Amino acid sequence: MTATTQTQGRAPSPMLTFLKQPLVVALILIVALLLLGETLSPGFASAQQILRLLIVAALLGIVAAGQNLVILGGREGIDLSVGGVISLSAIIAGNVMNGADSAIVPAVLACMAAGAFIGLINGMGVTLLRIPPLVMTLGMLGVLQGLLVVVRNGIPSGFAAPGLSRFVTQPFLLGLPGIIWLWVAIGLLMAFMLTRTVYGHRIYAIGSNEQAAYMAGVPVRAMRISLFMLSGVFAAITGICLLGYSGSSFANVGEQYMLASIIAVVFGGTPLSGGKGGYTGTMAGALLLVILQGILTTVHIDESGRQMVFGATLLLLMLFYGRGRAMRG
Amino acid sequence: MTTATISTQKPGGGLKRLVERYPFLPALLIALVLLALNGLYQPRSISFIGITGLVKTYLALMMLAIAQTYVVYAGDIDLSVGAIVSLVNVVIVVLMEKMGGSGFSVVAALGVGLLTGLACGIVNGIVVAALRLQAIVATFATSIFFTGLALYVMPVAGTPAPAAFWRTYGGRFFEIPFVFYAAILLAIVLYVLARTRLATQLLAVGDDAQAAFQSGLPVTRIRIQGYALCGLFAALAAFCITGDTASGDPLVGGKMTLFSVAAVVLGGSALSGGFGTVVGSIIGALIIGLINSLVFFVGTPSEWQNLVQGLAILIALMAGVLVGRRARA
Repeated sequence: MTATTQTQGRAPSPMLTFLKQPLVVALILIVALLLLGETLSPGFASAQQILRLLIVAALLGIVAAGQNLVILGGREGIDLSVGGVISLSAIIAGNVMNGADSAIVPAVLACMAAGAFIGLINGMGVTLLRIPPLVMTLGMLGVLQGLLVVVRNGIPSGFAAPGLSRFVTQPFLLGLPGIIWLWVAIGLLMAFMLTRTVYGHRIYAIGSNEQAAYMAGVPVRAMRISLFMLSGVFAAITGICLLGYSGSSFANVGEQYMLASIIAVVFGGTPLSGGKGGYTGTMAGALLLVILQGILTTVHIDESGRQMVFGATLLLLMLFYGRGRAMRG
Repeated sequence: MTTATISTQKPGGGLKRLVERYPFLPALLIALVLLALNGLYQPRSISFIGITGLVKTYLALMMLAIAQTYVVYAGDIDLSVGAIVSLVNVVIVVLMEKMGGSGFSVVAALGVGLLTGLACGIVNGIVVAALRLQAIVATFATSIFFTGLALYVMPVAGTPAPAAFWRTYGGRFFEIPFVFYAAILLAIVLYVLARTRLATQLLAVGDDAQAAFQSGLPVTRIRIQGYALCGLFAALAAFCITGDTASGDPLVGGKMTLFSVAAVVLGGSALSGGFGTVVGSIIGALIIGLINSLVFFVGTPSEWQNLVQGLAILIALMAGVLVGRRARA
């Protein structure tokens, strides 16, 4: 295999090129992990278990869509505030619907508006004040965590409407719950948007060369603000679904999604430097991460061992993906 | 951005040149204003005892901000510093307890603690610089691993540190609190470090890694050394926090990671690397401490404190970035 790549002037074998695609890497790893899980604890890869993993992966995958867009947009784009938005959205949704099916639509609208607003502020800080995204969204995370304390002291956390819980956990079409269909729809929309629309091409344009994109007439600032707003909206949707998944919201439900969403994007083959990659890979990345966590919870080892294996495996998996270029003189 | 500082010396910018020479001046100004406000609302807070308490509580964050600074110098980031603090904290507490809590056991445990921090730093360095993984996700993965190790060493929080240790940290010698001796020692160490070749090399790598490589610098080794230095200072931060809390807790440092990044930015260093000062980061850590105490002293209702702190830190971050850029542009 390696001999062909090293001879000059010959293209690397098509097989190797195919195998090196991040999406293919992720899919192979997913199958391998499922087999490993089934060997370690029989029944891990049963239809019911896989369905449960898919639901958890959908929760992560939806917030990772927004993270993906912000990262694709380049200029060290990253959104650390998604965890705060998820927690906040779960609380807003719980309070607005408070167990009533009739209030689902206003709850969803309120959450999405809140997410978009937070994204708007993030985006304005990053573009108009030119604060690095890491700093801006880190500061925003601090603000949101404070806001959560205020909100939680003032009002009870509220309940999910039965309709929302059904949407997330009960079969809806072809035996799959609504949230999985929602995830599939988001995946199709993202793929269409990124490859077939002007907006999508402009994301890659500002991500790979902002100056050139600006010269070519792309409204760079508006684009970047819209990406952060979309990230806020996607995080809000995950927050709503998370409420449906657990029934009621609890302290900082969203915290665990902050870095997980970034890792899903990286496992999907979108480098943090932006400008290339896509959402299909991220979906596989989210699934990969969730299966890995699933295996670690079924295997009987204590918390410390679980964390060590998880950390080490993450590092190992990262080696499969695009590493930085080596320095050359 | 950074190259412009050398080429153009615009006339008439006395203040600007001063900020250019001492990038931490804006941070110092903010810190002094905050200190004055603290004194205004609670006169006792700027008394000798008040200042001692502030330093005693925030010396750990200062150490951690210093640790983060050396990595940021080279344009990297370390999201595992908090986990290293936790690990070193439980390692030294368990060792001191096992060896009986005598003076010798304390010194021996601290030695092992330093080595633990160094080892963690080198692991991070190898993963990021030698294996060329992306710093944000790679150090997040190592942080999970280090947390697992810490949980292995001490599964539940609560083992007390021997009195010999925390009595020294909180005590006085010749009427002067121990923490001030520690601060003076720290100042000398930092002064010496700033004169070493490593500090300059880290900045050179952060400014332009390619150029540094082409002029013959061993870029990979320098970045690993930066992470190693970071691990050592994270261990020192763990000593401070152990002296302050007088017990072991496998999760004690978790919340400190993001604050260390915020402190570095507040201090006027650029996250993109190549520009920054350690003094600024120390002041940045102080600013966070002063904001927290001020919010308390002005009588903010307890549930609003986190929100006000978050907002104040976000505003200070924005101000720091804006002023810093104005000085460099």
